[in-house]
Amino acid sequence: MPDEVNTEFKWVGKRNPRPDGVDKVTGRAKYGADLYLPGMLVGKTLRSPHAHARIKSIDTSKAKALAGVKAVVTSADFPAIPKPPGPHGPMISDFRDNSMNMMARDKVLYDGHPVAAVAATSEKIARQALKLIEVDYEVLPHVIDPVEAMKPDAPILHDDQVTEGEDEKTAKPSNVYRIPRAQKGDVEKGFAEADLVIEREFTTKAVHQGYIEPHACVAQASDDGVELFCSTQGQYVDRGSCAKLLGLDISKIRVTSSEIGGGFGGKIPIYSEPVAIRLAQLARRPVKMVMSRDEVFRATGPTSGAHVRIKIGAKKDGTITAAEGEMTYQAGAFKGASIGAAMNCMFSPYDLENIHVWGYDVCVNRPKVAAYRAPGVPMAAFGVEGVINELADELGIDRVDLRLINAAKEGTQNVMGMKYGPIGFQEMLEKMKAHPHYNAPLGENQGRGLAAGYWLHAGGMSCASVNVSDDGTVTLIEGNPDIGGSRASMAAMVAEELGIDYNKVRPIISDTSSLGFTFLTAGSRVTFATGMACVLAARNAIKVACDRAAQMWGVSEEEVVWEDGHARPAGANVGDHEPMSLAEIAAKAPMTGGPIAGHAEINATGQGPATGAHLVDVEVDRESGHVKVLRYTVFQDVGRAISPDYVEGQLQGGAVQGIGWALNEEYIYDDKGRLENPGFLDYRVPVASDVPMIDVCMIEVPNPNHPYGVRGVGETPIVPPQAAVANAVENAVGLRFRDLPVSPPKIRKAIKDAGG
Amino acid sequence: MAKTHVTTTINGDETEFLCETEQTLLDVLRDELHMTGTKEGCGTGDCGACSVTMDGRLICSCLVLGVETHGHKIETIEGMADGDALHPLQRNFIDMAALQCGICTPGVLVAAKNLLEKNPDPSETEVRFWLAGNLCRCTGYDKIIRAVMETAAEMRGA
Ligand code: FES
Ligand code: FES
Repeated sequence: MPDEVNTEFKWVGKRNPRPDGVDKVTGRAKYGADLYLPGMLVGKTLRSPHAHARIKSIDTSKAKALAGVKAVVTSADFPAIPKPPGPHGPMISDFRDNSMNMMARDKVLYDGHPVAAVAATSEKIARQALKLIEVDYEVLPHVIDPVEAMKPDAPILHDDQVTEGEDEKTAKPSNVYRIPRAQKGDVEKGFAEADLVIEREFTTKAVHQGYIEPHACVAQASDDGVELFCSTQGQYVDRGSCAKLLGLDISKIRVTSSEIGGGFGGKIPIYSEPVAIRLAQLARRPVKMVMSRDEVFRATGPTSGAHVRIKIGAKKDGTITAAEGEMTYQAGAFKGASIGAAMNCMFSPYDLENIHVWGYDVCVNRPKVAAYRAPGVPMAAFGVEGVINELADELGIDRVDLRLINAAKEGTQNVMGMKYGPIGFQEMLEKMKAHPHYNAPLGENQGRGLAAGYWLHAGGMSCASVNVSDDGTVTLIEGNPDIGGSRASMAAMVAEELGIDYNKVRPIISDTSSLGFTFLTAGSRVTFATGMACVLAARNAIKVACDRAAQMWGVSEEEVVWEDGHARPAGANVGDHEPMSLAEIAAKAPMTGGPIAGHAEINATGQGPATGAHLVDVEVDRESGHVKVLRYTVFQDVGRAISPDYVEGQLQGGAVQGIGWALNEEYIYDDKGRLENPGFLDYRVPVASDVPMIDVCMIEVPNPNHPYGVRGVGETPIVPPQAAVANAVENAVGLRFRDLPVSPPKIRKAIKDAGG
Repeated sequence: MAKTHVTTTINGDETEFLCETEQTLLDVLRDELHMTGTKEGCGTGDCGACSVTMDGRLICSCLVLGVETHGHKIETIEGMADGDALHPLQRNFIDMAALQCGICTPGVLVAAKNLLEKNPDPSETEVRFWLAGNLCRCTGYDKIIRAVMETAAEMRGA
C-alpha cells in the first residue's frame, strides 16, 4: 500500500498507555491456565522416559478403571495421517509430523515424547492414573548430536525418511531431511581475489525460548462443535492444526486465544491442544491441560543447536570478496530446522558479490525444534560476525569501519535475490561509532564487543474490523494475540486514521469464529501486516462515514473529505456545511443506512528487513570465569516506532535473551539421552541482577510499503548478542571463543590452557 | 484423606477453605479460590511468578502448603490496588511500559511492593538483587527496574 509517510502524528509514535495495562497489573487478565469451568477435568500426559524406543504395547486398562478417571487416550484415539499428508493451510506444513509429535505412534523419539494422556476429576487422580498405564518399550540406540546423526552407522529416527532429492525407493533412510542451498556470484573467484581468507568453525547449544507461562489450554466438546481456550501465537493456525489432527471441519472448532505469557516462537506449534479436545470429546466434560516447567523444557520449543563453518575472504582495504557458510542444525525428532531463514539472513547486513550458503536439517533424539525469535539466524550470525571481527583485527581495520565498508544499502541484493529498499544499516553504524559508549575507557579484564544482525520479517494474511458505536467510540477487532503491547499500536494507528482520541478505540482480539483468518503473531509481522489491515479497515469506515455525511448534506460522496476526525465539504463549491464528527455521524446512523463499520482482509507484502548492531562491555573474573555485563547499547533501524516504549522493550528483551544464550543457557543431556536440566534452576536464564540497563538507540528509516513506515522490530535484536558478547569476552581475556555458551568453566579452561 | 479446614486472611478478608495436605498455597489460590492473578511459572521456587506475602514476608506461594497458612495473613496481587485506585507501582508499570506479556508482572509487583515497604530508597543494585528471584523473559528488566526506582522516588516525595 504505497502511501505518503507522514511525520506529524497525534497518537502514532507516542507513549500511549496500553489498553490491556490495568488488567495486566491487577491480575485480572486471563492467561491460558486461568480459566475454570464447572465440571472441568484435569488432563495429564504420560511421557517417554527414553530418548529412542519402540512402543511394543500400551495397556491403559488399569488407569481407565481408576475411580475419577473419565478418559484415557493414546495415538489409537487419533486419526493416523498418511504420508504425504495432503493439502493443508498456512503454517501447518507437515501435520503428519505434528500428529506423531503430539502423541507417539510406533516409536518414541525423545525424552518427554507423549505416549498417552488421561482426564480425571483431580490432578492427584490424573497423576495416579498415569502411573497405572503400562508401556512396554524396546529401547533403541539414540543420537543427540547432528554431526553424529549424519554418520552412516547412526541410529535412524525415521525409517521412511530419505534426504530430499534422493529416490525414495533406492536411497537409504537418513536423518538428514534436506540440504538447502543458495548462491550468488562465484565464491571460488571471490576467494581467489582475497588477500586474507579466514575459515572457522563455531558451535552453539540448543536453547529454549523460556516463556514464563507454560503451555495451557481448556477444551470443551459436544456434537455441535469444539471450543478451545489456549495460550497461543495464532488461534487460527491452531484451529487448522487441531482440525487436521482430529479429522474435524475447521468451522466446527472455535479457538479463543488467552492472554499469552510469552512465546518468542515457541507457542506457534500445538502440543496438548488436540489431546485436550479428544479427552473432552470422550469425557463429555471440559478438560484443562497445563504443562509443568519440566514438560515445557523436555517436550516443547528449543531452537536448534548448531555446528557452523564460516569462510570469508577480504582484500587489504577491507572489501569482502566472498563469503561461505555451512550449517548443520538439529531439527529435533522431526524435520524442520530454520536453515532457510538462516541462509537468507546470515550475510544480509552486507553488500556482497559472492555468497554460497547451505545447511543440513538433521533429525536427532531431541524435542522437535520450534521457532525462537529470528529463527535459525543467531547461530549462523554468531559465526559470521565472529569471523568479521577476526578479519577486522587481522587487517588492522576498526570493527565498525570494516562493516561500513561492506554495509548493505538501498539497492543491495542479498543471497536470495531480494533487493533492499531504504535501510538504515550504514546510518546506524555511523551512529554507533559516534556514540559515547564506543570510545569509553575500559579497565583491566574488561573488553568491548560488537556484532550486527538482520531479520527479513513476515507479511501475510490479516483481517480487521472497525465498528463505530452510536456514541462515536470504536471497537477495533483484530486476530493477533497481543504478546508485547500490539493492542496499543493498533489502537494508535486507528485513532490516527479516524482522527479520534486514542482512548476512544477499544482493541479486541477476536476468536477464530468472529473474524476471518489472521496469521500468527510471529515474524514481527503484527504491527506491519495486521497494522495495515487495521488502517485499511479504518479507512473503509471513514468512507462509510463520508458517504453518510454526503447523504445528509445532499451532495455526492466525492464532495466530502475526512480531516481531523470530521467529515468536511471538499471545497467551497460544495456548500456551507458544518463539519460533522464521527460521533455526530454515528448518532444519525440508524436514519442514514445503518451501522458504520469498515473491514479489511489482506495478504500483506512489502515488509522491510531490519538491521541492528549491538555494543557490549564485559568484565571477566579470571579466577572463576564469571562474566559480568557492564554496559550494553542496542542500535536498530526500527522503520517507525508506532509505540516507542514497546519497541525499546523488544530491543532490550531480545538483547537480554541473547546474553543468556551467549553466557549460560544450554540443553544438557546425559548419556541415555535424557535432559538433565529441565528447570529454571539448572537452565539459567538471565535474572535482574545479571544485566545492566540496556541502552537503546533507534534509527527510523520508514518502510515505504507501510502507511506508517512499520518494519517490524522484535526479531533482529536477538541476532547480534551472541557474537557481540563473545567478542567482548575475547577482548577482555585475549582469547577466541567459538563455542557457546561462553560459560565460566570454558573461560577458566581457556585461560588455564593459555597459561594464565 | 479428609481435607483440612483452613482459616486465613487474604487481602484483608477472612477466608476459609478446604484443602488437601499436599496442595500448595498457589494451588489453593488458583484451583480452590480461583484467584488467578498469582501465576505459576515453574512450581519449584525458581521463577517468582507466584510471589505473594505471608505476614508481610515475600514468599513463593508454590513452596508453601495451603495448610501452613492457617491463621496467617496473605496478600496477593488482587489486593494491591485500592478499588479502582492503582498502587503507584501498578500505575508506573503501565506508564513506563514495564511489562510486555505481563505474566511475570503480578509477581514482580508483589515483590517490588514488599521491597519498598522495607527499603523506601533502594539503589539500582538493591532493586536488581531483590527482584533476582522474579524471572522476566520479555523485558530485559530495564523498564521494570526504572519503574520501581521511579515509584520509590515518587513515594518518598522526592
Ligand atoms: S511458580 Fe513459584 S517460583 Fe515459579
Ligand atoms: S513481561 Fe513477559 S515475562 Fe515479564
